[in-house]
Amino acid sequence: MMWTVLIATSALSLAIKWFGHAVPERWLANARLQRINALVPISLLSALVVAQGLVVKTHVVLDHRIVGLLAAVAALFAKAPFPVVVVVAAVSSAVVYHWH
Amino acid sequence: MGTENWKLRAEQHFRQNERMPTTRSQTFRDALSVSLTVGAYGVAFGAASVAAGFSVLQTCLFSLLTFTGASQFAAVGVVSSGGAGASAIAAASLLATRNALYGIQLAPLLRVKGLRRLAAAHLTIDESTGVALSQVARGPDAMRAGFWLTGIGVFVFWNIFTLLGAVGAKALGDPASWGLDAAVPAAFLGLVWPRLTTMRLRVVAGASMVFALVITPWLPAGLPIIASVVVAIGFGWST
Repeated sequence: MMWTVLIATSALSLAIKWFGHAVPERWLANARLQRINALVPISLLSALVVAQGLVVKTHVVLDHRIVGLLAAVAALFAKAPFPVVVVVAAVSSAVVYHWH
Repeated sequence: MGTENWKLRAEQHFRQNERMPTTRSQTFRDALSVSLTVGAYGVAFGAASVAAGFSVLQTCLFSLLTFTGASQFAAVGVVSSGGAGASAIAAASLLATRNALYGIQLAPLLRVKGLRRLAAAHLTIDESTGVALSQVARGPDAMRAGFWLTGIGVFVFWNIFTLLGAVGAKALGDPASWGLDAAVPAAFLGLVWPRLTTMRLRVVAGASMVFALVITPWLPAGLPIIASVVVAIGFGWST
């Protein structure tokens, strides 16, 4: 399955990128399509935050990861750069994981 | 990769240098600073991918062949949450659609055909498009240079740092023991955070999180992530 995901994701990503360079501009000029497209990354990335941080399989689970996420939120409010946010989350989550 | 930090930084940088003579070296500096910044995200991706169960080779091929950060993160994210392969591919592709819109803006500027068009398409990502568009006052030559320099620069650093992150994560072992299982959602949060520039966008993000959590018990793993697109459609449908 890993190889399938890798190959299909790569092929589709390149096809989508190439499509943008090849089609006439008016094809994707629809205002509604552009509005939705601008929001899609926000919805997907937001869903990925909770799916990765608060879910195990199909259950909502609050464990050590939530501490890491809250620490990340604090770091982001403090305007920390991306690497700091990730490291702060990892360290605080790992501390709680071992402490338990 | 995928953040909009660089956009602000590039704009600020550009404003500060507005009165300076228009030179190729300023475009080069913009491209280089963006390319280096992206390296940190490459480390995070490499680690996340290995933590999700991909091999170091697969992880490196992801960055070489897919080369669009948010999509790569999404694909390995869905896999690590136990989702089906099809869900991972769909989530990654949905995130890649914005690259098509970038291509539409870039095509009249680059005017390339054949293999060069394929290369331009592969390098069409947030960063290369952003730097190209931020050079507008310096003219089309600077815009083209900004696109190619940033695209190639990010490609080089993104792949080097992916390898470092993957090898590093492999050496660390148990993801939870080192907090990698929290680092991955934190990385997603770090990717979405700079995009939430208005209250409306924050509402969309919050609604997507709540929606994904609420439907989690009723759908197979990974599907709630893709289903959250419903929220984007709902908010984007009307102005």
